[in-house]
Parts: sequence; structure tokens; C-alpha cells
Amino acid sequence: MTTDISKATGTATAPAPRTTLLRALTAAGGLAAMASTFLAWTWTSDFPGDLTVYGYPGGLQILTLALGLATLAFALAALNVRGLRWLTPTGSTKPLRLLALGTFATTWFTLIAIAVSQGGLVNLEPGGWVAAVATAVPVATTLLLPDDTRPLCRPVPLPSWADILIIAAVFTLGLYVVNYGIQTDEDNPEPFIGYLIALCFAATALLRAGLITRLSGLTSAYRSLTLVAALVTAIVFPFTQDKASYTELGVNIAIFATVALGLNIVVGLAGLLDLGYVAFLGVGAYTAALVSGSAASTIHVTFPFWAAMLTGALVSLIFGVVIGAPTLRLRGDYLAIVTLGFGEIFRIAVSNLDGTSGPSVTNGPNGVPNIPPLKIFGFSFDDDHSFAGLTLDSNSNYYLLMLLVTVIVVLIFSRAGNSRIGRAWVAIREDETAATAMGINGFRVKLIAFALGATLAGVAGTIWAHVQTTVVPEQYVFAGPVPPNSTFLLAAVILGGMGTIGGPLLGAALLFLIPEKLEFLQDYQLLAFGIALILLMRFRPEGIIPNRRQQLEYHETGQLDVPDQAALSGSTVGVTKAEA
Amino acid sequence: MTTTTVAKAAPVLTATGVTMRFGGLTAVRSVDLDVHPGEIVGLIGPNGAGKTTFFNCLTGLYIPTEGRVSYRGTVLPPKPHLVTQAGVARTFQNIRLFANMTVLENVLVGRHTRTKEGLWSALLRGPGFKRAEAASKQRAMQLLEFTGLADKADHLSRNLPYGEQRKLEIARALASDPGLLLLDEPTAGMNPQETRATEELVFAIRETGTAVLVIEHDMRFIFNLCDRVAVLVQGEKLVEGSSDVVQSDERVIAAYLGTPFEGAPGAEEAAAVEAAEDQAAQQSTSARTEDGQ
Repeated sequence: MTTDISKATGTATAPAPRTTLLRALTAAGGLAAMASTFLAWTWTSDFPGDLTVYGYPGGLQILTLALGLATLAFALAALNVRGLRWLTPTGSTKPLRLLALGTFATTWFTLIAIAVSQGGLVNLEPGGWVAAVATAVPVATTLLLPDDTRPLCRPVPLPSWADILIIAAVFTLGLYVVNYGIQTDEDNPEPFIGYLIALCFAATALLRAGLITRLSGLTSAYRSLTLVAALVTAIVFPFTQDKASYTELGVNIAIFATVALGLNIVVGLAGLLDLGYVAFLGVGAYTAALVSGSAASTIHVTFPFWAAMLTGALVSLIFGVVIGAPTLRLRGDYLAIVTLGFGEIFRIAVSNLDGTSGPSVTNGPNGVPNIPPLKIFGFSFDDDHSFAGLTLDSNSNYYLLMLLVTVIVVLIFSRAGNSRIGRAWVAIREDETAATAMGINGFRVKLIAFALGATLAGVAGTIWAHVQTTVVPEQYVFAGPVPPNSTFLLAAVILGGMGTIGGPLLGAALLFLIPEKLEFLQDYQLLAFGIALILLMRFRPEGIIPNRRQQLEYHETGQLDVPDQAALSGSTVGVTKAEA
Repeated sequence: MTTTTVAKAAPVLTATGVTMRFGGLTAVRSVDLDVHPGEIVGLIGPNGAGKTTFFNCLTGLYIPTEGRVSYRGTVLPPKPHLVTQAGVARTFQNIRLFANMTVLENVLVGRHTRTKEGLWSALLRGPGFKRAEAASKQRAMQLLEFTGLADKADHLSRNLPYGEQRKLEIARALASDPGLLLLDEPTAGMNPQETRATEELVFAIRETGTAVLVIEHDMRFIFNLCDRVAVLVQGEKLVEGSSDVVQSDERVIAAYLGTPFEGAPGAEEAAAVEAAEDQAAQQSTSARTEDGQ
């Protein structure tokens, strides 16, 4: 460890000529990779994305171009080029290595995919071979580079307009990256796999370069501005889609992300493992369907949507309390099993309330079809609407409504989490006996968390019913190939990061998008889930977006971990004060 | 002098005939104990004497099989959170902090019974909520200052050194503004300096008007600290009284050290052993002096 530090300081003062040469070679490799994307990689246009054109990049070549550009920029930053040094606050070698590997992996994946899908290496044009060599060079050179990891220094203060511009640029770039992923071809898996490879390496490289830490410092300094920017980006999203099906993906992601966030209150904050959460989504959806005025509904009433939403929330709340009141007296594994049972009871009960096996309420296994489109104050969600040159199609309408609900749920999560009741939830999760000894009524507090989670799922369910236009019992299973199911929601929370806001949103987006884009995976979705969760528990148990607490829980290297000497001596002073 | 004045005041805690049975095992048998305002009472006894069980009966973690526990004249309900709300706070023998919460958050959780902002006020964030939250934080920081942990408010409690975790448990218990604080082995595993600091802390707590009932094995600590000491042996209260009374009580010594049994080594043997030891010691010292020369 100490040798590493001495090396790092050595290179910082005067880099060895060998290091400079290696960095220059890396930069040249990045440049060559970029250049190669302007050549044709294959002669056949059968491969998705048009890689046959000399003169401009297309399809997967764009990923190589972007990663090559990043490699070039980081290599120049490592060479101390003025104006680029901000790219590497915590050292350049590790991010360079990751970027070089990412470029290499993406490009070679593309080339191998061409060879495999088209039948042989003959299908590669000379441009492809150039790309293969050009991306291999930086991998070799960066592996030879000495490690120059250094602690994060204080950022150079920028004028506030520059900070604001940076935040705006980051969100624009983020929207572009998300759109690239969403707009990849559904029929061929190759572009999306390439996108995932590139995204993984690039995100890790940014993390290792310290840029993510820098950025989170910036966003916490401009909290409200960041929230506005995030909201604006989310609102702009449907207008940047050229196909209705892409916006529909957005609607589904928003619904599942919201439900996962609701589950995060129960699992992440209060620590109650709920394996039947999808039942509450079902309660909300069924309630909305029955009062929607659908011809198949057994209750022939038509509520306006706001009333249907409130009814859905209320019925879910009642179910939450009714199911929670007996089960929340159990702890840990017992609670998990009982909630799993209740989730299944919901599904089986609903498919039997058909008039023959039970009272006629839900129409049995046929469910409630033909749910009419939403109408709020005469604004029909199924029609296109034009405002000031912008056209809102049906999916955009639902997306924007769902976005509103998501924002409300985010607000509820953050406000409830950061309050007396939220601290009580976390205390219960940490040590229930100690929490009750501190005066917390454990049962009551847990029931509030359970009922709040149920209510939020119910609200999302009312919209889900209208988006789907049909509700059937088989949608609300414990584990299944299509979301929503309890396993999907729980996996979204765990993958993203328990107890955070961004975690379930990101987790639900990834878990929904990956099977959607990679159709060949759909048969093996549960297997892929299992493997992904095992790998996650091994390498990043706190989830993709960790909670500060959990990060410290799993990794012993947090700043707060080391009690510094100054603090120790300070505390003894405190004691003498108390004695006096 | 102080003891005579406090003895007249109405007791904070009155336990009468507390009995706790687990099946056929009687862990605590008909124990009476009073704690008066401003008093520090010690509870000692050999391992397994039922001290912690008695504590659990007082704080509602166990429901006593027989007997009654009342705080300031009202009978305590058998629910831990209601006991804390009534004004009896406790610490645990094996530290039970909320390990992954910060030091400040731990103390804020302790404020739970003295604040009442529910879910709605948290969601609406009205002025009342902000005021209550600020007041809670201020009181929590005061307590951290009092226990000497103020500069570690943002540390995770699991990262505190052992002695400070004990202090944080006390701060967390004090956050509920208790009239009686129950400390279960507050100095277990501490070095002499830390024990001394804890002693000072308990005195400082008494100064604030909180009565203290403390279980401890460290006799020096107990006899320095307590106005009155009760001895629990095999679930029964053996003696209760000032330090001197307890220290000189033969039954207490017997409970800790055992009594001579029938046919035990008599005085003659003991004298013989002592003489032999003296001789050996003299020989070894003379041998050493010879070596030195």
C-alpha cells in the first residue's frame, strides 16, 4: 500500500518518461478507435445498425466512438493537458484502464457478433480489423501504467452559473444515454448488449475517477435546482421518443419504479420482508377496474378517476391494515412466509370470486377486460392532444400522469424517511427490543409502514389498470416471467439499493428493460434473476446506489470508520466538562 | 444527611413482591425495592442471581408472575414502550445501540416518547414539525455534550470505541427525560479510567434530578457510587442497606465466596501452610541477596 502511495506521489511530481509514453500511446489508441468507427466494419447490412458505411459511424460503432473519445480525453488528462485535468480528481490510471477495457469489450463484442451471426470472419471489412487492433492497444498500455490513485482534493470553486451549466449538461447527457438504451432495436439483442457493456464500464470508470463523488457534491450544493432539472428531464422524455412503444416502456418503468419505491418503505426503511407486495398493486388495480364503468365489471358504477384513485388507495390501505395487523406480530422469516402466503391468497381468492366458486365480484380468471381509457375533467388519455406544437399521444398522457404520482411517492418517501417516524422505522429494523425500550410502539410503527406501502402500491395499481385495459388474477403472482410480480419488485429494491430513492427507480428500470430488449432471455428470466442477485450479493451487497449506512455496513473503508485522534482527545475534554 | 431527607420523599419506583417464574424455575422471588428521588441504588449479586431478570420485570420486557411495580404511585403497564413513556429508561447489559444509525440519530430515537409528530405532519412539513424537529436536535446535542460525544454526532454508532458506545447508550436513555434511569452493568469491560469517568457521569445524572438504579459487578464502583445497595442471591433479596452494612454482612460474603464446609481444612493446616510459605519466601529472598553479592 505504501509503495503505491510513493509511486503515486512520484508520478505526480515528475512522471517517468516510460509512463508518459504509455499514456501517449493510450491516447493514440483512443484516437485510432474513434477513427476506425468512420470505416465500414462489415459489408452486409444484415447486421443491426448500418456498419457498412465509410464516412460516418452507425449502430454499435457509436458506442466505440463515445468510449474512444472518453479514453482519449482521460489519457490527455493523465498527460496533464490543461483544461482536462478536472476529469481525474482521484487518479487517471484506474478509470483509463476501465475505459480501455470497455472500448475493447464493446468493439470486440460487435466484431464477434458480426462473425457469429453472419457466419465467419470473412464478413469483417478491413475497418473492423483496424478497430480490433486500435482498441487492443490501450488495454495493453493501460495495464502497464503505474497506479496513481490519490485522495480526492477540494474542488476548484467555479462561478455558480458554471455549476448550473454542468448540472444541466449532466442531465442532458443522462437523457441521451437513457434514450439510446430505450431506442435500441427490440428485434436484435446485439445493440442492447453492447450498450449494457459500454454503460457498465463507463459508469465504473466515472466512479473510479472520482467524478461521481464530485457530481454528488455539486448536486447536494444545488439541491432544489437538481430536483427541478431531474423533473424537467423526466417531463421532456416522452417528447424525445420517435416511437409510441418507447414511451410505453417509459410508462411501465415509471409504474414499476413507483411500486418498488413503495416497497422500499416497507423493506428498506422498516426492514419488514414482504414477499406478497404485488397483492396491493392488484387490490388497487381491481378496485379501479370495478369502478371504471367497464362492461365486465360486476359493480355498474363509473367513478371519475380522482375518486377511483382515492377508492383504490383506501381499499389498499384497508387490506394493508387487515393483513398487517395479525402478521406484523411476527418477526423476520416468519413474517416473510406469512406475507408470501397472503400474496397467493389474494390471487387465488380473486380467481374464485366468479359467481360459481364464490360470490360474483371479480369475474374470476377472466378478470375485468375493456377498462375504458382515463378521462380527467374531459381530458381523454386515449386521444392525441396538441399544445403549442407538441403532440401528446396516449402513452405520453399516461407517462406524465404516472410521473406526477412518482414525484408524489418520492416526496412521501423522503419526507417520511427523514422524520421521527422514519427514524423509528430504522430503529425497529436495527434492533426491535432496543427500539421498544426507547418508547417506540413497535407494532404501531410497523403497521404504519406496512399500510403506507400498501396505499402507494394501490395508487399505482389504479393507473396500471387503465394502462393495461385488462386486469386478470394471473398478473399478481409471486414469481413469474413478466412483471409485476413480488420477486421482480423485491429484486428491483435490492438491486438498486435498499433504503434509497434512486435505487428502486434504477433497479426497476434495469429489470424491466433488460428482458424487454433481450427477448432470448425471457424464457430464462428467473434464472437470470437468480444469477444476477447472487453476483450482486457477492460483489456489491449494498446495491447499485448504496445508502450511506449500508455502504459503511458492508465496506469498512468509509471516512467515518476511522476515529481520528483529534476527535478522541476532543471527547475526553467533553467528559471533563460533564464532570465539572 | 441527604439520605434522611430523600427517605421522607415519596419513592420514584416501588417494586413489591416481584416474582418471575419461567416454568418451574423461579428466577426472581418476591423482591421488594424502593428507589427514592435523587438516589443512586445499586443492585449486586453473583452471576445468575436474577438481576437482569428483575430489570426486565421493571421495564416491561417481562410481565412478572406476581407482584407489582409502580412509578410515582401509578402501576407500570407491562409494555416496554409505555414504561419508557411513563419515565423509566434503561440501558442494556450487552450494548444494544442502533448500529447503523449515527450517534445523533440514536439519541433522536430516544426522544421518541417526548415528541409526537406523526406521519401526516412529517409529510406536510408544517412549521410545527420543523420546530419540534429543531427542538429534538437541540436537546439531543445537549445530551451528547453532556456525555462528551458531541464531536462524534455524525459517526455511525457501530464505529465508536467500546467505552463511548456505553456512554451513547446512557445518552440515548436520558433523551426520554426519565425520572429513573436503570443501568445494567454500565462499566462491564471498561478500564479503570473509563470506569471512573462513568462514575462521574452517573453523579452528574443524579445532579439533574434523575434517580439511578444500577446493576454492577465492580464492587469498588458500586460502593463509591451508591447511597444504598441491595443484594440479590438466587432470586431473593438478601440484604439492603448502606455500603458498610452490605460489605460487612456475612451472608453477602458467603454468597460471593462460599461458606466453609464440614471437614474443611482447619486452623492447624492453615497455620502450617502459612508457615511453610513464609519459610519459602525467606529462603528465596536470602538466595537472591547472595546472588547479588
